[in-house]
Amino acid sequence: MSDYVIEAEGLVKRYGKHTALDGVDLRARPGTVLGVLGPNGAGKTTAIRILATLTGLDAGTARVGGMDVTRDAAKVRRIIGLTGQYATLDEELTGVGNLILIGSLLDLRKPEAARRADALLDRFGLTEAAGKPVATYSGGMRRRLDLAASLVGHPRVVFLDEPSVGLDPGKREELWRIIRELTTDGVSVLLTTQYLEEADALADEISVIDHGRVIAHGTPPELKQIVGGQAIAIRPKNPVDVEKAAAILAAVSGHPVEHAAQQELVAPVDSDRAMFDIARRFEAESIEVAEFALRLPSLDEVFFTLTGAPATSGKTDEAERSHA
Amino acid sequence: MSTVSITATSSERRPAGLLRHSLILARRSLAKSARNPGALVNGVVTPAIFLLLFVYLFGGSVAGSTDDYLLYLFPGIVVMGAGLSGMLSSGLSINIDMKKGVFDRFRSLPIGRSAPLLGSIMADMVRYVIAIALLFGIGYLMGFRVQTDTGSALAAVALVLAFGFCLSWVTVFLGVLVKDEGAVMAFAFIVFIPLMLGSSLAAPIDTLPEWLQAWANVNPVTHAMDAARALLAGVPTGNSIIQTILWSAGILIAFCPLAIAAYNRKR
Repeated sequence: MSDYVIEAEGLVKRYGKHTALDGVDLRARPGTVLGVLGPNGAGKTTAIRILATLTGLDAGTARVGGMDVTRDAAKVRRIIGLTGQYATLDEELTGVGNLILIGSLLDLRKPEAARRADALLDRFGLTEAAGKPVATYSGGMRRRLDLAASLVGHPRVVFLDEPSVGLDPGKREELWRIIRELTTDGVSVLLTTQYLEEADALADEISVIDHGRVIAHGTPPELKQIVGGQAIAIRPKNPVDVEKAAAILAAVSGHPVEHAAQQELVAPVDSDRAMFDIARRFEAESIEVAEFALRLPSLDEVFFTLTGAPATSGKTDEAERSHA
Repeated sequence: MSTVSITATSSERRPAGLLRHSLILARRSLAKSARNPGALVNGVVTPAIFLLLFVYLFGGSVAGSTDDYLLYLFPGIVVMGAGLSGMLSSGLSINIDMKKGVFDRFRSLPIGRSAPLLGSIMADMVRYVIAIALLFGIGYLMGFRVQTDTGSALAAVALVLAFGFCLSWVTVFLGVLVKDEGAVMAFAFIVFIPLMLGSSLAAPIDTLPEWLQAWANVNPVTHAMDAARALLAGVPTGNSIIQTILWSAGILIAFCPLAIAAYNRKR
C-alpha cells in the first residue's frame, strides 16, 4: 500500500497544439491538504479533472486511493468528491433538492438521503435557505452548498478547484475553516488556488505549477527556504531613488528584484551579510530609506523568484476552460 | 452548526443500476420541464399549425371535404410531432445540459457514464408522449376519429414514438458533438422541410411531381406516415409498418453508438 492517497506521475495533457500539462507530478499523503498553486492557465484545472476522472490523459499515470484513474475510474469515483471551479449544482433545484438528488444517485435510500442532506445543510449553515432554488443563492452560499454536495458520499479524497474564487474575505475565512475541518475527519484534500495566501493558510504541502509543469514542491516553510531563506524588503524614501536602489539590490542579492506596491523592492538573499552590503552601498549613494526589513519571503515572492514573473501574469484560464 | 462526521461508515449500497440512476435523472429533467415547457411546445405547436393550415385552407380542394382531408392528414401530423420532438428537444436538451457545471458532478459520481445521457432521453420520451397526446386532443376537437380499433391506435402511437425516439439519436449525436445549441437548431430546421414535407404528409405520393416522388419514396418519414395512416385511418398498409421498423432500427443502430461514443469521449 502506497504512502500517498494521490499519486500522479508525468501527467501530460494536450488540447490540439496547446499543451495544458507537460509532465506533472503530484503527491498527497492521507489526511493532508495538497495545495496546487499557480497562475491562470497553468494547468491546475486540467490536473484536477484528470484526477477526478473527468478527463483522460495523454501520458503518465495517476492513482487516487491506490486506484488507477483510467483503469479503475468507476472505483475512484466511489471515494472522491469534486467541487468545480464553477458551482457544479443544478440551479433550478433547491439546496436540499440538490443534495437529495446526489444522495439518491449514490444509492442512499430516500430517508437516508434526506437525513444526510439535512445534516450537511446544518453543518454548512444553509438550513434556512434549504428550500430555495440555488439560482437565488449568493456566491458564498453556492460555494458552501457545492462543498456540501461533494461530501454527500463520505469521500476519502476531496478535490476543490479554486474554492474561494469570487468570495469576499470574510466568506473566505469561513470556507477555510470548513476545509481545515475536513482533514481533522481524515479526508484528504487537493485544492487548486491562485491565492498564495490561501495555499499558505490551508496546505500541508504545496506544488507550484506553471505552464503545465511543477516548478517547486514542498511545505510552505520549505518553499520559502528554496528561495534563499530570507528576503530583504526596502522602500526608498524618495521615489526617484527606486531604480538605483533596485539595481543595488539586484547586484548584491544576485536575484531578480520584485517591484511590489508603494515602491517596495523585494529580493531574496542567501545570507544576512547582504543586508550590511546593501546598507553600506545605500549610504555611499545617499539613498534614504523609509523601510528596510529582513524577513522570510512571502509565497508571492517565492513565485516571483521561481518563474521570474509575477504570479498574476500568464495566459488566462480561457484556453483551459474552452477545452474543458 | 453541529458537527457531522464526514467519514462515517459508508451506507450500504443498493444494487446499482444504470436504469435506476437514469430514471432518477429523468425525473429531475421532467421536474424542470414542468416549469419550462419550451421543448414540448416545439413538438405540438408546429404540427398543430400545419394541421389547421392544411385542413382548413386546402382540405376542401385537395380531398373534397375538410373531414376527409383531416382523416388523411392527421396521422402524418402525429408523425411530424414525434419526429420534431425527437429531432429538436432531445438534441437540444442534452446539449444544454452538458454545458452546465452539474454534469461534471454527475460524471464524478459512481454512476454509469451513460446515465445522464439515458436519463435525458427517457425524459424526452415522456415529453413525446405528452406532445402526441396533445396532438390527439387537437385532432379530436377538429373531428378526427380513429377508424380502426384501440389496439391498432395504440400500435400506431407505439410505432410513431419508436420512430421519433430513433430519429432523436441523430440530433443527440449532434448535440453531444457540437458546443453550440444554435447549430443543433439549425440542423433540425434544415432537415425539417425535406424530411417532413417531402413525404406523403399532405398528399398521396403519386400526385407529386416525379423528382419529388423519387425522394418521397425513399424518405423514411413517408413510410412512418403511411404506417400511421394505415393503423389510424384503416387504409391498406402495404409494407409500410415493416419499412418503418427497419428504418427506425437502422437509424438507431447507426447513431446510438456514435452518440454514446461521442458522449463518453467528451472532455
